[in-house]
Amino acid sequence: MVNVTINGKQYKVEDSSTILDAAASVGIYIPTLCYLKDINNIGACRVCMVEVEGCAKLVAACNNKVWDGMVIHTNSPRVRESRKNTVELILSQHDGECSTCVRSGNCKLQTIANDLGIVDLPFRKKVAKAEWPMKFPLIRDEGKCIKCMRCVQICDKVQGLNIWDVSGTGSRTTVDVSRNRMIKESDCALCGQCITHCPVGALRERDDIDKVLDALADPEKITVVQVAPAVRAAWGEPFGLSREFATVKRLVAALRQMGFDYIFDTNFSADLTIMEEGSEFLEKLKRSAAADSEGTDAPSGEAGAQGVSEKFPLFTSCCPGWVRFLKSQYPDMVDQLSTAKSPQQMFGAVAKSYYAQLLGVDPSKIYCVSIMPCLAKKHECAIPGMDDGARISREDSEKALLAQSGGSKEELGRLAQSGQAPIPDVDVVLTTREVDRLIRAEQIRPALLPEEEFDMPLGVGSGAGVIFGATGGVMEAALRSAYYLVTGRNPDPDAFKKVRGNKGWKEAEFNLAGTQLKVAVVSGLGNTRKLIEALRRGEVSYHFVEVMACPGGCAGGGGQPIRDGEELAAERGEVLYALDKGNQLRYSHENPAVKQCYQDYLGAPLAHKAHELLHTDHHAWKMPGEE
Amino acid sequence: MSRLSIITSNKAQTTVESLYKDLERRISASPPGLCPVDLASSFLKLCHSQSCGKCVPCRIGLGQLQDLLEMVLDGEGTLETIDLIEKTAKNIFYSADCAIGYEAANMVLKGLRGFRDDFEEHVLRHRCKCELYQPVPCVSQCPAGVDIPGYVALVAEGRYGDAVRLIRKDNPLPAVCGLICEHPCEVRCRRTLIDDPVNIRGLKRFAVDHAGDVPLPVPAAPTGKNVAVIGGGPGGLSAAYYLTLMGHQVTIFEQRKKLGGMLRYGIPNYRLPREELDREIEQILSLGITVQTGVTVGESPSIVDLRKEYDAVYIAIGAHTDRKIGIEGEDAKGVISTVELLRGIGDGEMPDFTGKSIVVIGGGNVAMDVARSAVRLGAERVRIAYRRRSVDMTAMPEEVEGAVEEGCELLDLHAPLRIEKDAEGKVAALWVQPQIIGPMKNGRPTPENSSEEEVRLACDIVLVAIGQGIDSRLFEKQGIPVKRGVIDALNWSGVNAKDITGVFAGGDCVTGPATVIRAIAAGKVAAANIDEFLGYQHLISVDVELPQVRLDDRKNCARINMKERQAADRAKDFELVECGMTCEEANQEARRCLRCDHFGYGSFKGGRIEQW
Repeated sequence: MVNVTINGKQYKVEDSSTILDAAASVGIYIPTLCYLKDINNIGACRVCMVEVEGCAKLVAACNNKVWDGMVIHTNSPRVRESRKNTVELILSQHDGECSTCVRSGNCKLQTIANDLGIVDLPFRKKVAKAEWPMKFPLIRDEGKCIKCMRCVQICDKVQGLNIWDVSGTGSRTTVDVSRNRMIKESDCALCGQCITHCPVGALRERDDIDKVLDALADPEKITVVQVAPAVRAAWGEPFGLSREFATVKRLVAALRQMGFDYIFDTNFSADLTIMEEGSEFLEKLKRSAAADSEGTDAPSGEAGAQGVSEKFPLFTSCCPGWVRFLKSQYPDMVDQLSTAKSPQQMFGAVAKSYYAQLLGVDPSKIYCVSIMPCLAKKHECAIPGMDDGARISREDSEKALLAQSGGSKEELGRLAQSGQAPIPDVDVVLTTREVDRLIRAEQIRPALLPEEEFDMPLGVGSGAGVIFGATGGVMEAALRSAYYLVTGRNPDPDAFKKVRGNKGWKEAEFNLAGTQLKVAVVSGLGNTRKLIEALRRGEVSYHFVEVMACPGGCAGGGGQPIRDGEELAAERGEVLYALDKGNQLRYSHENPAVKQCYQDYLGAPLAHKAHELLHTDHHAWKMPGEE
Repeated sequence: MSRLSIITSNKAQTTVESLYKDLERRISASPPGLCPVDLASSFLKLCHSQSCGKCVPCRIGLGQLQDLLEMVLDGEGTLETIDLIEKTAKNIFYSADCAIGYEAANMVLKGLRGFRDDFEEHVLRHRCKCELYQPVPCVSQCPAGVDIPGYVALVAEGRYGDAVRLIRKDNPLPAVCGLICEHPCEVRCRRTLIDDPVNIRGLKRFAVDHAGDVPLPVPAAPTGKNVAVIGGGPGGLSAAYYLTLMGHQVTIFEQRKKLGGMLRYGIPNYRLPREELDREIEQILSLGITVQTGVTVGESPSIVDLRKEYDAVYIAIGAHTDRKIGIEGEDAKGVISTVELLRGIGDGEMPDFTGKSIVVIGGGNVAMDVARSAVRLGAERVRIAYRRRSVDMTAMPEEVEGAVEEGCELLDLHAPLRIEKDAEGKVAALWVQPQIIGPMKNGRPTPENSSEEEVRLACDIVLVAIGQGIDSRLFEKQGIPVKRGVIDALNWSGVNAKDITGVFAGGDCVTGPATVIRAIAAGKVAAANIDEFLGYQHLISVDVELPQVRLDDRKNCARINMKERQAADRAKDFELVECGMTCEEANQEARRCLRCDHFGYGSFKGGRIEQW
C-alpha cells in the first residue's frame, strides 16, 4: 500500500495500481471513454486526465501508476477545462444524431457529454463518412467511431483474429478492416465482441426488425419464433429488471403480445442436438474402438487398418462463429467438426417439416424467427443449403401424393426438380438487443408482463438444453446423455460439473462405462487458437472438444445487451445453471417432445431422415479465402 | 521620414524564426510510415503560405492543388483528379515566376512520380496503404530492434547489469556498439521535438562500463544439431551467440588469426580498444562455441563439405577486399590500401610512418580511420583528398572533426589524377585535379573538373580508402548465387543455392559494406531462421522487469554530448579517444527519454517486443 492524496484527502491505496483504480478504490470516480480494463489501457481519449503535483502536464489516469506520496487532483480547474474541451473535440467529429442511434441511452460518449453539461459545441462539426456493405451482419459507422481502439484490442487480444486495425495516418487515422481488406473478404468470425465492447454506436448488428414486423403483419404467414437459451438470462437487463423477474416466461408473454403465432424454445432443439451429436460421437468412438481391436496400433488420428480415419477430437458445431473461425483458420480440420446442425438450424428444419406437417400447412407459409444472443447466427441462417426443412417436407408430401396416384419414381424426381426456390429453415435472426428494441417499439412495459408458457410441442426443453447457453453446457449435456446411451442408466445430473465455470480452457476426464474420455471446453477464439495449436503440436489430445466463440459462451454473446465495461457472461451463466437445477427434466434424451418427434417423424438419431434434416456438410460453403 | 532606417526584427518575426527551428526539428524527427499524400498536402499548404501573391500560378494554383490532394485523401477523387493534379503542377512548374511557386509544384510532381500508387489507392479503394508497424522511433530505426527505451530507463534507475542483459536480447555486442555504433536510433528520436535527440549510444556505453561482469543467459537444452558459421565478424558472432542460446552446437570458421572481422581488422584501437573487443568475444565464446581460425572456406573445405558435416551453414564473410582506384602510378611503392594497412594493425603489425608525408584518398569513415591512424604512427603530415566538399563526406561528422583536430588537412574538391613515382618506383606525389561542385544527383552533388590547374601533392605514401569489395568467387563456383558481386540472399537470410539446402548468408557480404549493427541484425535474423530450418521455435527473451515510467521527463533539457581526450594528447597514442559520460551526466541524459514505448502509440501497439 502507498499513501496518496486525492483532492486534498489522504488515502492508502494498492501500490502499482493505476491512478484510475486507486481513485476508484476510495470512491472517487474519474470518467473514461476508451478505457477497458486489462484490454484497452492506452490513454487515447484523454478524458481521464488528472493533475499530478510535480508534473507539468496532465496525466492519463488509466495507464499511469500511483507512487508513494503522489498528490492527485481529479477535478481541478485545469482538469475540468481539459476534460470538457476534449469531449467537445470528440463530439466535433462524432455523428451525434442520437435520436437515430441504437446506442442512445446506453452510450458512453452521450453519458459523459451530458454529465459534463455540454449543451453547445464551440467547434465546427466535421463528420467522416465511409462506405460499408449494409447487408453484412456486422455494421460499422465511420461517422460514429471515436477511434477508442477497443474493437481492435478485443479482436487482437481476446479473439485473436485481428480483424480490425488502425487505418490511415495523421488527421485521417481511423479504424478499418486490417491489412486493407474489405469486411466481406476478411475472416471475421462474426462473434460480435467488437460490438459489445464499443462504447458508442459505431458498431452494431444489421437491424432485421422490419423483416419481422412485415412477417407479423402478413396474414398469410404463420410466425414461429424460437428463443435461444442464453437470451433468457439477459433480455431484461436494459429494462433494469432483476434476473429473478426477467424470466423467459415474461419474454414469451411479450412475444405473444407482439403477435407471434407460435412461441417455442431453442432448448427443444438443443436437446435434439444432443441426441444427434452425442450419437455421432458415440459412433465415432465405436468405430475407433473397432479399428483398434482389429489389431491396428496406429494412434488415433492416423488411418486405421481399413483405411478409415477416425480423427479425434470431435468438435462441437453449435457455434457458427467457431465454425467460421475453423473454416478460415484451420480448413484442414473442418472434417473434425460434428456434422450436426446447430440448435437454431435444427429448430428451423424441424419447424418447416415436422411442425408444418403437424399444422398441415405448406412450409412456405411458416416464417421462422429466432432470437439469439449472437451475431454469427444472422450469417448461419443464410448459409446456402440451410434449407432442408421445406425441401424434405415437400418431398414427403409429393411422395404421399405419388403413392396415392401410383406415380413412378421418375415422376417423383421430376416433381422435386420442379420445386420452387429453396426456402431457408430460419428466415430471420434477431439478437437479444433487437428483441429488446422490438419490445420498446411495441410499447410493451416489461415490468407489467405476466409469465406465460411456451407453445407445444416445440416449447419443451430440458435443463441439459438450457445450459447450452454457457461455456461447458453443450459438453455437460452431451455427457449426461452419452452416459445413458452407453450404460442404459442415467448418471447423476451433476456428475460432469467439472466442465462448468468461466475459465477459458477447461479439461476433464470421465470414465464412460470403461472408456476413459478426455474432453476439453474452450470459449473465446484466442483460447480456441491456443488449444488448436497445442493439439496440432501434439501437446494435448482429447476425444471431444466444445468450442464457443464468445468468452463465457453464448451468455457473453455478441448479440447480448451491452453494459459498458462489464463482463456479464458469468452472472448470466449462473442463471442458466439455476434453470437447469430447477428443471424436472435434466436429460436431453428424456425430453418427451424430442422423443415424440423421433417416434413420429425422424425415426432415430442418425437415421436417414434425421441425417437429411439435422446434419450439414460444412464444405458446402466457403469462407473468404478458403480453398 | 528618415532616408534609411535600421531593420530590427519585431517579436512576431523572432517568434516565427524560432517556430522555423521547431519545424526543422520536427521534420527531422518525423515518424516512419506516414501517408505520403497527406504529407505532400501539408507541405503544399506551407508552400502556399509562403507565396507573395503576385502571380496567378502560385497564388491560386497551389491552393487548387491542395484542394485536389485533399479530395484524393478524402476518397472523393478519381483517376482524372490525379491527372488534373499533374497537369496543374506542371503548369505551375513551368509558369511560376519564382522558386516559391515552381519548386512547390516540383514537390508535387516528385510525389506523383515517387508514390503514385499511394494516390491511386486513395482514389480506387478509399484507403491508405500506410501502416505503422513499429511506432517507437528509436527501436524502429535500430536494425537489430534493441529495446532502447527499456535499457535507457534501466540506466536511469542505476540498473546497469539489467540494461546490458536487456540489450543482449537483441544484440550480443553491447560493449562494441556502445563505442562505435553509428546509432541510427538517434536519427528520429522524438526528444528532438523538444530539444535534441537522446544520446543513446553514450548511455549504452555507460551501462556497459558500469555493469561489471554480467553473466550470459543459460543456453537451451542441446538439440544435437550443429551449425557452421563462416566468418567471425559481428554478424557471425551474433548468429553463433543466438544459435548457441537456442541449444545448437556452433563452429565458427575464421580466415584470419583472430575473431572480430572488421571490428578488429577495420576499426582502430583508439575507437574500439582491443581489450574491450577481446573481452566481449571471449564472453560470447564462453557459451561453448567452437572456433577454427586461419581457415579459408572456399576450396577446402568448401561450402559443400561444410554442409555435409553441419546441419546448416551461415555465410558471414563480410567485405574485406580492397578496391583499386584505377589511376596511373597506382602500382608505386608506398601506395597502400586501407584494408591492407588496417589488417596489419589488427594483428599488431604497426608500420612506422615517422616523418612521412601522407595523402589519404577518400571521404568515408575508413578514410578518417586511416588518416587518424597515420597521425598516430608518426606521420609528419596527413592530407585527405576528396572529390566533393567536406560536408558531402560520408564519414560521420565527429570523425571528420576528430581528424581535423588531430592535425589532418582536408583537401576537399580535389580528385586524384595520377601518382608520380620517383626513380626507384616509390611514390613521389599525388596529382589532383581541382573540382567545382555541380548539380545534385540522387541527393548528392556531382563534382566536375574545374578550370584550375592540376595540383601536385608531394608525398611519400598514398593511402587508398575508397571502399571494400566482397570475395565471393569461390562461393559462386560452389553454386551460391551472386548478384553484382554480393551474395544473393533473401530477406530472411536464406540462400537459394543450386544443389544444397540449409545455406544462409547475411551482413556485408550480402548488402555490401555497411555498419556493425546491420551485421548484428543480420546475424539475429539468420539465427531465428536457421532455428526454424532445423525444426525448432526457440524463443529469445529476458526476464528483466522494467522500471515504472516517470511522468517528469518533459522539461526542456539539452543533450549531453560525448567528450573526447584533448587532440594533442590523443594523437600520440592508440588509446581510446572518447571519454564516457559521468554518472551525473548519464543520469540526466537517461531521464530525457520520452518513453515512446509507453506514451503515444507505443502503449497501444508495438511498444515492446518481448521475445523473438
